[in-house]
Amino acid sequence: MTEVAARAPVTAQNYKSGYKPIWCPGCGDYSVLSSITKALAMVQAPPEDVVVVSGIGCSSRIPAYTTCYGFHGVHGRALAAATGLKVARPELTVLVAGGDGDGYSIGGNHFLHACRRNVDLTYIVMDNHVYGMTKGQPSPTTEPDWDSKLSPGGTGVRSFHPLVIALASGANFVARAFSGDPNGTAEIIAQAIRHPGFSFVEVLSPCITFRPDQRDWKKLAHPAPVDPTDDPARAARRIMTDDGFNIGVLYAGNRKPYPVLGRKAKSTVADLEAEFMQ
Amino acid sequence: MDAKVSRKAPLQRTAASVSIALAGSGGSGVMTAGTLLLSAAAKAGLYGLMVRTSGPQIRGGEAAALVRLGEAPMHGLDDRFDVLLAIDWQNVNRFADEIPLAASSVMIGDPDEGEAPEVFRNAGARYFPLPLKKTAKGIAGSWTNMVALGLAGALAGISEEALAAALRDTWKRSEEALAANLAAVHAGVVAAAGIDGVPRLGTSAKTAGRRWLISGNEAAGYGAIRGGVRFVAAYPITPATELLEWMAPALTQVGGTLLQAEDELASINMIIGASYGGVPSLTATAGPGLALMTEGIGLAVSAEVPIVVVDVMRGGPSTGIPAKTEQSDLSFAVSGLSGDAPRLVLAPTSIADCLATTQWAVELAEALQAPAIVLSDQFMGQSRAIIDRPADVAFIGKRQTVAANTPDYKRYRNTESGISPMAIPGTPGIAYTADGLEHTEAGIPSSQSRDHVTQLDKRHRKLAQHDYGRFWADIEGDGDAAVITFGSTTAAVREAVARAAREGVTVRLIAIRLLAPAQPEQLAAALEGVGQVLVIEQNHSAQLYRYLRSMYDLPGKPASFHRPGPLPLRPRELTEAIVGWRTA
Repeated sequence: MTEVAARAPVTAQNYKSGYKPIWCPGCGDYSVLSSITKALAMVQAPPEDVVVVSGIGCSSRIPAYTTCYGFHGVHGRALAAATGLKVARPELTVLVAGGDGDGYSIGGNHFLHACRRNVDLTYIVMDNHVYGMTKGQPSPTTEPDWDSKLSPGGTGVRSFHPLVIALASGANFVARAFSGDPNGTAEIIAQAIRHPGFSFVEVLSPCITFRPDQRDWKKLAHPAPVDPTDDPARAARRIMTDDGFNIGVLYAGNRKPYPVLGRKAKSTVADLEAEFMQ
Repeated sequence: MDAKVSRKAPLQRTAASVSIALAGSGGSGVMTAGTLLLSAAAKAGLYGLMVRTSGPQIRGGEAAALVRLGEAPMHGLDDRFDVLLAIDWQNVNRFADEIPLAASSVMIGDPDEGEAPEVFRNAGARYFPLPLKKTAKGIAGSWTNMVALGLAGALAGISEEALAAALRDTWKRSEEALAANLAAVHAGVVAAAGIDGVPRLGTSAKTAGRRWLISGNEAAGYGAIRGGVRFVAAYPITPATELLEWMAPALTQVGGTLLQAEDELASINMIIGASYGGVPSLTATAGPGLALMTEGIGLAVSAEVPIVVVDVMRGGPSTGIPAKTEQSDLSFAVSGLSGDAPRLVLAPTSIADCLATTQWAVELAEALQAPAIVLSDQFMGQSRAIIDRPADVAFIGKRQTVAANTPDYKRYRNTESGISPMAIPGTPGIAYTADGLEHTEAGIPSSQSRDHVTQLDKRHRKLAQHDYGRFWADIEGDGDAAVITFGSTTAAVREAVARAAREGVTVRLIAIRLLAPAQPEQLAAALEGVGQVLVIEQNHSAQLYRYLRSMYDLPGKPASFHRPGPLPLRPRELTEAIVGWRTA
């Protein structure tokens, strides 16, 4: 591994690749990308020791926009790929990024099990309550009455509450951020990376193309009035009753991360033969 | 590549063997009795095979251990059973087709458990009612299946000492339980004295070489570890679970990890993630799991991440027949991905070969940065056999990686071989993004025609140009006609080829180990001087036959013999098929 101390400090700029994002002008994801690179500079993780893993969707394009190692897999399975990577290579810093459709719909099962497994990952969901890449269909976090071509008049289905689901499933760190506050978001992501176990950061990141109404989020977002708690019951109550725009770290728990087994061989491959021998 | 592989012994003549079916309701202990019988046979210097079969219930359904013992290695089942020993008759009639009896066979059952089913009595086998349960009850702390073990062992000609030694290995902790069950085994041995007409095997003390008692699932797991696999993620599924249960502690021993995933979508992506991180990785599943994994396997093709997927095939489609065998995932394995997606498909040709073939799959996947699917099946996976210690093979997973700060590094560089050295996370100056989107040589998403064609050609070329050596198939015997098969049916075909030879019909046997990519030149060489081929396989739609006809130029008018599972292909029906085909 590279010795961090032997190097010059890494700046946020060092984590930015030269590739131009495909995002629409005004997309919240630009600022989330910037927050991620700032957060990485805060924790001083060498780019080669960081892997950004994603699935499919607008926000899932993020890995190639960094100078870190990237993994742009299939829709909904980013957490699974990241879990395998982190368990096999525990010394790497693994960030997982994606959207609400990727994480809460097609990848919903992996979200639950990533929370309860508590592998030391940082999961950043850029939630805009819409499928942007396929041009404007309702996602699990979309309001039930939001009108669209695919669901005229709205889905009529209550929206998914990712924070409380994460908490109930065992995530060790739960936070809400807002892309309109890139420095605050960077601070939260840096805390998430430092926190052991599975850290979940839900970033409200507007899609002004398909949800122009989300321009109002700027007015609605506000810092959480109280400090994070390590008591899941208190955190749950707070999350269930807040207005959905409480920004900050809402829960920071003490659960032990998923144990990384093995590593050191106790016997040789040839030793395994003994049990078959007659 | 020229790994050291022992040539197959010349055509195995059918050895004198005795076949014993131990049947009863699930939980009656027939599998334990069968396993101990096999272990005792090994101690007596014999070879043997135990095939497991059970009804759809997990507990309480019907179960049978189908054991064949002999003085030479046993790879497949015989045409009929010499002994059917039923601990009880609950639903055992459902095994009528799986346990064929002859007039010379012996049937043993407990009269207190009711009459022997008509389907068995109709075979004309002699029936010996014995009070198994009462006998066991008379020995405090003993079990009925141990009485059955004593009976079966004695009928096969295995010494009581060998049976006792097998028991001692099992009950190491409780002297009391051991003593009770030794007494039960003894009672069984005594009872066997009243039964005649079973061909007993010689117990001439053989200078047994180093022998193994192993299942195909264990052999595949061990082959994977020998090849270098250190990460496994998987979801439990019959009949692959034992492979995972064997690997979990074994991986810990050698510094690896097994992770139980939430589903097969997770397990395939987890192993892709781990392998992207540089650690050779594997998952094991069966048909329904493979179906869920196809999107992930496609990602491994596109992102060029080496992985090994062991498919322990069972009856399909859909949930199918979970605990019984069939070779019906072949078409799916060779062609079941979206897009043009070159992949490796291999099939072990015996229980022992599950080791070498899986080990080879790791080597190929790592060398070629591609997914390798290993088609085992329930017959090989869940069967246990006494085998000669397999010759060591030199296959080892070794992928081309790239050094730190290599100038102008491109992850998907269009090299001559098609293999592009891989950057491993943690290595400075060469970071890239692996992608399931079509990409440029640098790995940047691209929907341009020239990038697509370049990468399609590259991914095809690296598999097509590789020299797979002579391990691609087992080729045995001579003759101007050839029988082509794959997987677990190889054993029965080999036995049938030997029997046909005794009837004056000589044919070559070609058991294909590397199914994809197809090896037309290799097969053409193997078929030199052959005018006719017969393709034998265990599925309903002649999948191998159709695959071969689409990928190869076969001489003459290719013929097909195919039948679905779960009944094993029997040497007799195959002998008839081969002789009939050659003399028609």
